[in-house]
Amino acid sequence: MLTAIAIVIIGVLLFLANMFMDNYQLRILNLSGIYIILSLSMILINGFLGLFSLGHAGFMAIGAYTVALLTTPPMAKQMNYYLDPIVPWLAETEWSFLPAILLGGVLAAIAGFLIGAPVLRLRDDYLAIATLGFAEIIRIVFTNLQSVTNGSLGLKGLPEIEIEIPLPLIGFTLNLSACIWIAAIITILFMVRLVNGSYGKAFKAIREDEIAAEAMGINVFKHKLLAFVIASFFAGVGGAFLGNIMGTVDPLMFRFLLTYNIVLIVVFGGIGSLTGGVLAAIVITAAMELLRFLDSSFDMGPIAVSGIPGLRMVVFSLLLMFIIIFKPRGIMGVREFSWQWLIELPQSIKNSSFGRKKLRKDVSK
Amino acid sequence: MSLLRTENMTMRFGGVVAVSDLNVHLDKNEIIGLIGPNGAGKTTAFNMISGVYKPTVGKIILGKEEVQGGQTVTVEKDITGMKPSAITKLGIARTFQNIRLFKELSVLENVVIANHLRLESNWVSSVVRTPDYTKKETAMYDKSMALLEKVGLAELKDEKSYSLPYGMQRRLEIARALATKPHILLLDEPAAGMNPQESDELMRFIGKIRDEFDLSILMIEHHMQLVMGICERIYVLDYGITIAEGNPYEIQNNPKVIEAYLGVDD
Repeated sequence: MLTAIAIVIIGVLLFLANMFMDNYQLRILNLSGIYIILSLSMILINGFLGLFSLGHAGFMAIGAYTVALLTTPPMAKQMNYYLDPIVPWLAETEWSFLPAILLGGVLAAIAGFLIGAPVLRLRDDYLAIATLGFAEIIRIVFTNLQSVTNGSLGLKGLPEIEIEIPLPLIGFTLNLSACIWIAAIITILFMVRLVNGSYGKAFKAIREDEIAAEAMGINVFKHKLLAFVIASFFAGVGGAFLGNIMGTVDPLMFRFLLTYNIVLIVVFGGIGSLTGGVLAAIVITAAMELLRFLDSSFDMGPIAVSGIPGLRMVVFSLLLMFIIIFKPRGIMGVREFSWQWLIELPQSIKNSSFGRKKLRKDVSK
Repeated sequence: MSLLRTENMTMRFGGVVAVSDLNVHLDKNEIIGLIGPNGAGKTTAFNMISGVYKPTVGKIILGKEEVQGGQTVTVEKDITGMKPSAITKLGIARTFQNIRLFKELSVLENVVIANHLRLESNWVSSVVRTPDYTKKETAMYDKSMALLEKVGLAELKDEKSYSLPYGMQRRLEIARALATKPHILLLDEPAAGMNPQESDELMRFIGKIRDEFDLSILMIEHHMQLVMGICERIYVLDYGITIAEGNPYEIQNNPKVIEAYLGVDD
């Protein structure tokens, strides 16, 4: 119930934001929504199954390319492919966005299945290296499929996502922000329910002790593969939005650095906490933009600092190190935000030492 | 007819023969013990039965009572080399020598997870929360609570399992194994690290769950008092070879067993 109210409130806030925010701010908001989808999909495997997978960029590339290729109007495609003409079966396609995004997710999920089946037999660092390698393979394949993906030139001039809701009488169109945030909220609800259900419990059991989980009748490999495929689906959907919001899709976008951004969010928010991931996705995305001034020249009192491109990332690396040293489980750890906690918050503050001290002061007055 | 039977079960690790030609049978509602000095191959035998290892040679046969046309017959099934999860589904549950609880999860969650294998819903219905799934989940929690009450852990249900005292952790591990609804329970050194009083308590507990859950129990144990007190038959292993088999009295007076445990005068 409270969740439903919260969703309505978020919806109204987003509607207002859409009306009053400028393009730049709106873009940050949209990016936050996309990073929520991506970080939750990573938390599912890295946090709840305890598998260290670094293959996200590859699955995102699949989603992004699928949507870009299927939805770009034929005219724009012709302008893009000036080295090699596009393959005929893609030249005339112009899908609407909803099926294209879903197909992007499904194709990423299929890739997740094909990669996961052999790779999920590995553990720890070996799994990380293998998934990283496969993500790179996907990227290289896209670079070299000149007549399908336009190779390293990439695709430019993508039309912005909007989904028409063809209801009688009140038919309306959802713009990019609405689509992103609806997808983000669906992802949050999906993940919360999955993780709290019986299957989510089985995932946690696998994280805690694989041998014991298997002895309790949980088919560890099947459950790992299931989670990997689900995560790949959401990575594909997130990638589709990310490519769209950038307006261009090219192989260089989907390097390891993109996965690193998501790892940063997940570690910051707390591996094993969905709400931590959501919080961190918003905070980190906003901070990345706010700290952009570090890359350009700025004045620090009397000292003029000339711009060092990349200083922003140095700050983030330092931040990551601090978190790993002082709060190794992230800001939320494995705890989750719940309405129960919020309702009991005033009470627990009152009971804490800080609250009591204040109370005593009041009494002594 | 026996519920569980191994036929010449042998495990070789390279040149080392960990278990050689082990023939064990477990009848309905029996409690039998598997003893032997350290490194005798007892846990290896358990790992083969529960599917962690595939025997190099030999078979493991599971017998199951089924009612066919008004008559109870025993249907035999070869479970050699099946996956551990599949074997647990067929009704063999186990505990571990070094406790393997899901440490970060609560006592209740540990038991609920052991119900997962009997859940006949797919993951989609768990996300959509179909009425059918919700009903099954509620039943899972109710059953787990009832089980915790039976083993005396109900009050600790919200504690993280690693925070329990040692004896309680052992008990929880047994409860978790019971939640998978087994016919056969394999206990790997359930009394390890317990004082005499605790192991006495454990002995009564094992007898109690045998009757209450209609179990047949195979256990590895070093506490002779426990083994002699509760087991109806005992197998003695030494260097992977079965050196003796019989009831507690026969085992205690078997010269080969005494030799294996105490050595022999020159």
